Amino acid sequence: MKYQTFTQKKQDAVSSEVFKASRRDFLKTGGMLAGGFVLGINLFSCDEKGKKVAAFAPNVYLKISSSNEISIIAHRSEMGQGIRTSLPLVLADELGADWSKVQIVQAEGDEKKYGNQNTDGSFSIRMFYKPMREVGAIAKTMLLQAAAKKWQVPETECDTENSQVVHKNSDKKLNFGDLVAEASQLPVPAVKDVQLKSRDKFQIIGKETPIVDLPAIVNGQAVFGIDAAVEGMKVAVIKRCPAAGGSVKSFTDEKARSIPGVLKVVQIKGAGLPATLNKPLAGVAVIAENTWAAIKGRDLLDVVWDLGPNASYDSAEEIKQLVKEVSQPKGTPRRSRGDFDSQKMSAKKVIERTYIAPHLAHATMEPPCALAVFKDGSCEIWACTQNPQGARDVVAEVLGIPVDKVKINVTLLGGGFGRKSKPDFIVEAAMLAKETGNPVKVQWTREDDIHHDYFHALSVQRIVATIDKDNKLSGWNQHIAYPSISATSDTKVVQPDDGEMMLGAVDLPYDIPAIRIETHDAPSHLRVGWLRSVRNIPQVFASATMLDEVAEARGMDPVAQALELLGADRNITFNQEIVKGTYPNYGEDIAAYPWETRRMKAVIERVAKEAGWGRKLPKGSGLGFAAHKSFLTYVACIVEVKVGAGGKVTIPSVHYAVDCGTAVNIDRIKSQFEGGAQFAASLALKSAITFKEGRVEQNNFDTYQIIRMPESPKEIHVHIIDSDAKPTGVGEPPVPPFTPALCNAIYKATGKRIYNLPVDLVG
Amino acid sequence: MAEYSISVNGKQHTVNALEDMPLLWVLRDIIGLKGTKFGCGMAQCGACTVHLNGTAVRSCSVPVSSVGENKITTIEGLSANGDHPLQLAWQKHLVPQCGYCQTGQIMNAAALLKANPHPSEQEIEQAMEGNLCRCGTYNRIKAAIMSVSSAS
Repeated sequence: MKYQTFTQKKQDAVSSEVFKASRRDFLKTGGMLAGGFVLGINLFSCDEKGKKVAAFAPNVYLKISSSNEISIIAHRSEMGQGIRTSLPLVLADELGADWSKVQIVQAEGDEKKYGNQNTDGSFSIRMFYKPMREVGAIAKTMLLQAAAKKWQVPETECDTENSQVVHKNSDKKLNFGDLVAEASQLPVPAVKDVQLKSRDKFQIIGKETPIVDLPAIVNGQAVFGIDAAVEGMKVAVIKRCPAAGGSVKSFTDEKARSIPGVLKVVQIKGAGLPATLNKPLAGVAVIAENTWAAIKGRDLLDVVWDLGPNASYDSAEEIKQLVKEVSQPKGTPRRSRGDFDSQKMSAKKVIERTYIAPHLAHATMEPPCALAVFKDGSCEIWACTQNPQGARDVVAEVLGIPVDKVKINVTLLGGGFGRKSKPDFIVEAAMLAKETGNPVKVQWTREDDIHHDYFHALSVQRIVATIDKDNKLSGWNQHIAYPSISATSDTKVVQPDDGEMMLGAVDLPYDIPAIRIETHDAPSHLRVGWLRSVRNIPQVFASATMLDEVAEARGMDPVAQALELLGADRNITFNQEIVKGTYPNYGEDIAAYPWETRRMKAVIERVAKEAGWGRKLPKGSGLGFAAHKSFLTYVACIVEVKVGAGGKVTIPSVHYAVDCGTAVNIDRIKSQFEGGAQFAASLALKSAITFKEGRVEQNNFDTYQIIRMPESPKEIHVHIIDSDAKPTGVGEPPVPPFTPALCNAIYKATGKRIYNLPVDLVG
Repeated sequence: MAEYSISVNGKQHTVNALEDMPLLWVLRDIIGLKGTKFGCGMAQCGACTVHLNGTAVRSCSVPVSSVGENKITTIEGLSANGDHPLQLAWQKHLVPQCGYCQTGQIMNAAALLKANPHPSEQEIEQAMEGNLCRCGTYNRIKAAIMSVSSAS
């Protein structure tokens, strides 16, 4: 599996086609929606040549039964972002359904049926908002036609509300269920012939809608990956090679087998190098009657490892090496505008700083886990996966069975953040189920998770900024080095890929006469993956703290400087300045989703107003600002910080202004920003993964720390720009600007600039 | 291996387990009560919080052999119909995101309010410090606890 997150086109489905599902189609849903009035939607997108391509079967299903029950298939993975709620509610609103009675049915992983289901990159709403509206509107039209015919009235006199068709000129009402027999006999209208609701008619879109799983979660009934079970299930816990690419030399399992309940010990070969984004590490699995016996048995295994080429990996040494790398005058040019060297020659002032950020682990509260059953040449899986199709493909490949013999059931995810896009843990379960003939659940412990993650990679960035004799920011030169995600699939890759450069590096939007972005070598020694907002984290930490320093050197207010540097209202394309290739724009055509300076200025002005930017604070307190567009969503952030005795950092308030286009579920936008601030506070203040002699030095939450309630940001205000533009995602965009805004606030409070993460004001 | 008789949610269960098997795995793997979650295995995250005679404990660090006559309550036994004031407040304040840590958060908060029905904000923060939430729902958790506290 290649790293496809951003290089793969993820355009709006260019059109959709709704049709009545046949009996055969019901079978394709595994009987999930048999009977009643069922509509399927085919989503079409364009291939590289612009040819319309369809999925082979419907992507999404809506069913209305004669007893007025409405079911909608959710085909994206739920990991706390609220997508099981926010996409179905869009359809329900257009339909005029009684939302409180809508049932959500989770789809299995099947690309032919549901299109792309890899739930990452903050794009579910962006991609599926319009098609969901269209299927709702088409179903509504058919119900209106059926009612109008029954009542012998014009269709225009009818409307839908609360799962009923109502006749506006009388008190006639009919439940949808009473019309499904007639409606399902009607031809399906074309999308162009149906009317979408005007914005003022929305009943659910743009409101605060509770998530559909809320009662189950608070009652302890919600089913996560860890809760999946089948009759006769055994539990496997695996001792994995400490270094990526290593292998098992030999092992002894007598002690492990002496634990009552331990059944089998099985060696797992592992991918070797490249480590890949989907296959397991080498290891030895202990399979037992229960989790505790498996853990105990695993801990008693004696394994002799060949640690392989990464045996001596030392992350502190790597940082020293990368600091040297980025100190070279020239790297590989990635973006070039104007003549930076001549700007530097004529500059009044030159500021040069190096920014260092560490490796990070995802540390989802639910560690990776998957249950697999192998029987008669077929494999069925239950897993907390963001990427059921990727899992399906690799399980088929590794087991040597056809893809259609693999079924992936998606449970709720106890956190994802990108970790659960990688199906290595699902492959482990599938391999062990086939090998042993038992249903096997693979359970990762927290130590396994911290030691063997697909890590967010450390980063070293050197920025040189020049200020000219007119006190303008005249030049920007950013030198970047970190192990690339692409290196996990191809060890020859030693510099960031185009997708990574898009994330807060080559997309610097400011009106600066000379910009030069360059990259340097950083071979990878670990499994690198993507973590919530990915390379935006270190790249925007560097650029947005440097901008604060530049503003100070110019004697300017940082907010005023940002507005000045964004310049006139215009759309930026970047393309002509990208040295090789084009600007990926998060998989979208930049004509359809332009980079609009007007919208960025609007969020900056809004956040400054709401946060009371410029207000006086007592000594030891400060406000810091940063703004960044990522995943096509515009965000500005102001953090208030208080630094107490001994360098203790507290965060009394955070203000975000966000323009994500049409706001679909106000509450889940707010909650993603609240959580995004906490997630960023963890990485800014607490978290770091380090390697010594090829091994991760942290083990559990005692040494890999994340933010706890007493030190977490206190008041998080989310100001959403009212907009009817196309909706864009909100899962990742809150993270990037928080850390630099916090660091800039710490500078205001203490006079100390932050160049290393996590922040350490004590050492 | 030995046989233990333990009281969970008012019901006596006889389980056959290793004496050092944590209560967490007895609840999940043997009795089948899965609302109690595994997060760290060393009392660092609070996802596995249950009540032992009304006091919050981390079930990942309580060996089954130490339970004895003490009465265990899990999220499944906190209220008859999922209507404990905190469970209702959690819904009113739209607390959960992924939801994985929330049963442990609720159990910890319930024990706090039992011992101290009107905690200050600082007392809430101190009491909840051991419960991690990676989604970052801390402020809503606090608001939900305070709403129950002020209503009683």
